Amino acid sequence: MHGTLNLVGYGLSAIGPAIATGLIFAAYINGVARQPESRSVLQPIAFLGFALAEALALFGLVLAFVLK
Amino acid sequence: METVQITGHLASSAGFVPPSTSDFNLPPIFGHSAYLTKPIALVFFSVILISAFFILASRKSAVVPSKLQYAGESIYSFVRKDLGEEIIGSGFLAYVPFLFTLFTFVLVNNVFGIIPFMQFPAMSHVSFPYVLAGFSYFIFHAIGVKRQGLIPYLKGIAFLPGVPKFAYILLTPIEIATYFLIRPVTLALRLFANMFAGHLLLLVFIGGGNYMLHDSHLLMKFLSPFSFSFGIIMTFFEFMVQCLQAYIITLLSALFIAGALAEEH
Repeated sequence: MHGTLNLVGYGLSAIGPAIATGLIFAAYINGVARQPESRSVLQPIAFLGFALAEALALFGLVLAFVLK
Repeated sequence: METVQITGHLASSAGFVPPSTSDFNLPPIFGHSAYLTKPIALVFFSVILISAFFILASRKSAVVPSKLQYAGESIYSFVRKDLGEEIIGSGFLAYVPFLFTLFTFVLVNNVFGIIPFMQFPAMSHVSFPYVLAGFSYFIFHAIGVKRQGLIPYLKGIAFLPGVPKFAYILLTPIEIATYFLIRPVTLALRLFANMFAGHLLLLVFIGGGNYMLHDSHLLMKFLSPFSFSFGIIMTFFEFMVQCLQAYIITLLSALFIAGALAEEH
């Protein structure tokens, strides 16, 4: 069996963004559950935060392929 | 081109070949000219498709809309209301054409990634998102300069008002890097990396299923439908991601424009 350690490193680095994404959506769901009319205000903020957190995981993925 | 490897074909002869970046370098469609490749053809096709759809949808604007008109108008009103009016606020109408073009172009090109026979998101080649992010970058800086003047605009970026003087040592480089380097690059890379990763994911499951189906071991043949069905599930997941990324790149562009329009940052 052979492969590259890059992907193991990528798997480890994806933990951070995964937790971040979970926290963001947990907060979003909490907010909407407490105050359903705030959904339209919270939605762009939640997705923006999600995009910013997820970008880190994706940069890791790209770097896992680029750095040989 | 010998370097192009289609995962499934090689799989039956020489072990499982995991998909790699070389799977994204598709051969030219005609002869050896490197200019007309599949992504470029798809981008041209998407432009024709979008134009045709919206010209047809808006040609006869009736009070009681037809199905086509309703479809066109609901996409337009989504961009106009949720992305233009809500984010940019007053004076948003001037930027709706840009946002709408960006949204539909990215959306259609992304969704090409899961439509049979096309099945390639053009945005998984980083040059396309770079151009789109370049547009967004140029537009929001141009708006800022036009609205506030060059020197006040740059000053507003570099020196945030209401911050203690000594904090500028740390803050000014970060702010300048954010506005001129990080914003355009992350805007492009986010879209690129999402499409790249999604396409790779589908290649893994479908190529893997193909490999297992051609394997001599009987157990592997039995297990290959699981891989294929995961490929199907992931295709639907990809559809969600593709729509979301079109939304996000437009949302971020709208936020940048809104930031440049605001007098104080």
